[in-house]
Amino acid sequence: MKSARTPLARALMGAACAIVAFATPAAAEDLVIGLDSESTSIDPHFHNLGPNNQLGFMMFDRLANPDERQNFQPGLAVSWKPVDSTTWEFKLREGVKFHDGTDFNADDVICTFERAPSVPNSPASFDTYIKGKTFIKIDDYTIHVKTAEPYPVMVNDLGNVAIISNEGGCQGTTEEFNSGKAAAGTGPFKFVEYVPGDRIVLAANEDYWGGKPIWDKVTLKPIKSAPSRVAALLAGDVDVINGVPTTDIETLKSRDNVVLSQGVSNRVIYLHLDHFREASPFVKANGGGDIKNPLMDVKVRKALSKAISRELIRDRVMEGQAIPAGQLLPEGFFGVSENLKAEPYDLEGAKALLAEAGLPDGFELTIHAPNNRYLNDAKIAEAIAQMLTRAGIKTQVETMPSSVYFTRASTGADGLPEFSLILVGWGAGSGEASSPLRALIATADKDKGMGSANRGRYSNPEVDRLIEAALSEVDDEKRAGLLAEATEIAIGELAIVPIHYQVNTWATRKGLNYIPRTDEYTVAYGVLKD
Amino acid sequence: MSVFILRRLLQSVLVIVAMAMIVFFGVHLVGDPVYMFITPDMDQQDIENVTRALGLDRPIWEQFWLFIVNALSGNLGQSFIFGEPALGLIIQRMPATLELAFAALLMAIVIGIPLGLYAGLYPDSVGAKTIMAGSILGFSLPTFWVGIMMIMVFAVMLGWLPSTGRGSTVDVFGIRVSFLTLDGLRHLALPALNLALLKISLVIRLTRAGAREAMLQDYIKFARAKGLSRSRIVGVHLMKNILIPVVTVLGLEFGSLIAFSVVTETIFAWPGMGKLLIESIQQLDRPIIVAYLMMIVFLFVVINLVVDILYSILDPRVRLGDRGQ
Amino acid sequence: MASTETPIAGIAAPRRADTPFRRFLSDFTDSRLAVLAAIGLAIVILAALLAPWISPQNPYDLAVVSVFDARLPPGSQSMDGVTFWLGTDGSGRDLLSAILYGLRISLSVGVASAAIALTIGMIVGLVAAYAGGRTEGVIMRIVDIQLSLPAVLIALILLAILGKGIDKIIIALVIAQWAYYARTVRASALVERRREYVEAAACLGLSHARIVFRHILPNCIAPLIVVGTVQTAHAIALEATLSFLGVGLPQTEPSLGLLIANGFDYMLSGKYWISVFPGVALLITIVTINIVGDQLRDALNPRLQK
Repeated sequence: MKSARTPLARALMGAACAIVAFATPAAAEDLVIGLDSESTSIDPHFHNLGPNNQLGFMMFDRLANPDERQNFQPGLAVSWKPVDSTTWEFKLREGVKFHDGTDFNADDVICTFERAPSVPNSPASFDTYIKGKTFIKIDDYTIHVKTAEPYPVMVNDLGNVAIISNEGGCQGTTEEFNSGKAAAGTGPFKFVEYVPGDRIVLAANEDYWGGKPIWDKVTLKPIKSAPSRVAALLAGDVDVINGVPTTDIETLKSRDNVVLSQGVSNRVIYLHLDHFREASPFVKANGGGDIKNPLMDVKVRKALSKAISRELIRDRVMEGQAIPAGQLLPEGFFGVSENLKAEPYDLEGAKALLAEAGLPDGFELTIHAPNNRYLNDAKIAEAIAQMLTRAGIKTQVETMPSSVYFTRASTGADGLPEFSLILVGWGAGSGEASSPLRALIATADKDKGMGSANRGRYSNPEVDRLIEAALSEVDDEKRAGLLAEATEIAIGELAIVPIHYQVNTWATRKGLNYIPRTDEYTVAYGVLKD
Repeated sequence: MSVFILRRLLQSVLVIVAMAMIVFFGVHLVGDPVYMFITPDMDQQDIENVTRALGLDRPIWEQFWLFIVNALSGNLGQSFIFGEPALGLIIQRMPATLELAFAALLMAIVIGIPLGLYAGLYPDSVGAKTIMAGSILGFSLPTFWVGIMMIMVFAVMLGWLPSTGRGSTVDVFGIRVSFLTLDGLRHLALPALNLALLKISLVIRLTRAGAREAMLQDYIKFARAKGLSRSRIVGVHLMKNILIPVVTVLGLEFGSLIAFSVVTETIFAWPGMGKLLIESIQQLDRPIIVAYLMMIVFLFVVINLVVDILYSILDPRVRLGDRGQ
Repeated sequence: MASTETPIAGIAAPRRADTPFRRFLSDFTDSRLAVLAAIGLAIVILAALLAPWISPQNPYDLAVVSVFDARLPPGSQSMDGVTFWLGTDGSGRDLLSAILYGLRISLSVGVASAAIALTIGMIVGLVAAYAGGRTEGVIMRIVDIQLSLPAVLIALILLAILGKGIDKIIIALVIAQWAYYARTVRASALVERRREYVEAAACLGLSHARIVFRHILPNCIAPLIVVGTVQTAHAIALEATLSFLGVGLPQTEPSLGLLIANGFDYMLSGKYWISVFPGVALLITIVTINIVGDQLRDALNPRLQK
């Protein structure tokens, strides 16, 4: 143990020296953030992608801005309410100016929602949040949004779209945003410089309606390799990093020049199982023969869930950075069930259930997982395989980069999901339970836009009915009840097997701290000084 | 003569077209990029819209035809992820890679030649044996492993040099360079050394071999007999003879420096085109992968062509040789 | 050096039948370092071959490996009382076993790809040299183009297309390396082809295949061995690099390169053993092969024997 501590002590000293040596006198209000991902564009409507939206949070406002718990706070709209069953009214904030000096009013909102769904070459457009909605300007500071059906999650949708100026931004091309020409927003920081692959520099918006930011200059540096990112923090090159690897948390905790901030995310890591094929491609009888897909039997699915020790995964794979999961979203989110708890580890129970299902000797199975998508994804899959093997289900692991994995897991076998058991994650972008229920649990139906990521093809008409009812229920309390009920039925039948909720970790140098966000974003205004 | 050049030209075009086909169809075998771009909130309909918008719903032959037509007008496609012309993105990052490669080249010469000379002049000394053992290590150590160790030691433990990134840059004729600022130089030091390591070993070996061989040659013996000082013999006569092969080989190795910068840039987060390539492979940004390769192939083919033509002008035997013995 | 006989080109019929080999052996053992490296290499190869029998654990058997034992420092005991002499990795594998099995994978990838590339390159090179004319022109043009493209780049792109797997990385390495052998063989075969004995053989009416394989090929073996050794080391290092970049081998049966890459995540947290021990194993393998290759070149190169 002594040998392990010595390099640490030296590294600690080195890092301390580095901070002293490199802190320039005027740098007190400068902030450098090392990020695990790179924004691919300054244009907030080009690509609906985490790193880009995160940048958009700093430069632009939305009608409603999600706070660190994904609750929507007044942004460029000061209030919103339904005026009839299919119309929402948004009252806009007055006296707000864009970074280029132009005034904000309803015209900017109208043109934003015209441009956002139709940016040329967009690899993932914001149309998802805008389609089926009609925007009407009532006066300079009032907007009506109409839908064909009652639409309770209006603000959750519109809260994703950055508002740009009708004078500059709306006519701007993606290139003009990237060069800064069209990049004026109303957000707390304004654009200074974009060097693709190296850095994005922002400066404080002195006139921000929410108050002047504490940082004069913010530099965002993409450092994708986790150890390099940690090294950059320790060497004093950056002040804040996100995506601290679980392996380094223990050691970083013991240093007094680093502060860690941790918070649960909206992301659940879970298993999808093949519910729909009698002969599943990666399920075999012992010895490799054919077998009727045992995953279709709820007892086998239950056995599988019981055989997994979520505590052991949390402690040994995630180093404590996970919370064992019993449903689709952690406690405290809208529409979660209060009755569902994480399945306790029960090896004997699992074996008994397998025997009951007529498979006392188990069967053979392959679990597929990505190896570069979620925190420790490949290792979790390996741990699960070890545990299933101990319960008698002889499990192989196959991991692959997400570039190959998601295609095969979605449409690999003639347009159908290719695998039998997969490890996947789901982050609820809207911050409530309808997001995972619609995508993962509802019967796959392209026309209805349901079950788009239901890779196990679980299908229960009762659950579908509840989800659809919830989606058009305007009363919040009733809607929460419907969502919780649908979740309870689906989890009761093990439509998916939840493993854990990811806990994210940020690290800052001493003297700073970061307010953790459930949406996993790293934003400069979340970095506070002690 | 003109027949020879024409034939070479034809061959080059053939190579480029063949490579274009191999690369284009090869890249389209891997995964469906749409799944890399979409956000969870999108439904099946949205996914189809994206596929259509990016032109990925068309038959592959049609996509290839479009690619060729566009390529002829200098457009190698738009990056899926950045939404900008792929070639432009690569050229934007080229100065960073070239700067790194030139810095590594310089290091290889400045460090490699003196060490190699010493090892060649005093082959039996302990120092020479150490240098040669070191050069074997330099050949054997995988670049990525050395890079990791360098960050550990120089950035984290000692805190002497920054761990990643490019640092501050200065615009020279519109091109960003970092070697003109102290901060930029400090950022350049580790990645350049990492990239240079292999070439340093190479230069040491070439110089040593050259020195040993030259010392036995008549003109050196003659110079010695004439009573020239040792420093003059080594500094003028020997160096002249050694530098030619060293410079030739290093010139040829420049391509491999660019290729290996893929590894170095990934470790040190150096914003060059190698890092762009790796990220594009991971994210299935096909247009960038294709454009990068086409550019590399084009460069190599043009260099080869020019060399061939120059040779044929200088040495008529090459033309004869081309027709077969 | 050691031999006082002057080897005369073309007259390869010395009196004592074992002389060339003996001469080679005495040349090779001239360097103590090379002998040491050869012994080291023999141990490495033996360890890789015997991995299933000498490893304390089968690191691929998920019924034996448990995350419960993950990241234990060297010398720790597992819950079943087994000692992990080199510690365990992030998945709870005994690192010593993982290294031995990883060595097996790295070596087999290196040797297999070198052997296949050598065979292909040899045939292509021989055909080019013997056929001459247009065939030779076309083949050597392809070889030139291929050689001008860096191997790491070719392999990287091929793997991006092919995906992960031992078979795929071997294919990629073969395609990236065959041209080196083709060039080597052609160069030495060209020299042989012009020799009188080949002309004599042709006059005797011997078949082309017989001339090529019985007469020309044996004289190309020496340079092939040298290039083959160096390229094997190169292939092993290349595989490690590719695995590190995330395009090489699958996670579940890690080669040395992948073990190092996995351990990279743990470097800063003081769990040095996960990355350092496989790194040392890789280093020993490559260095010994390179030293042996170096000495082979000196021993087999007749020009330096003067």
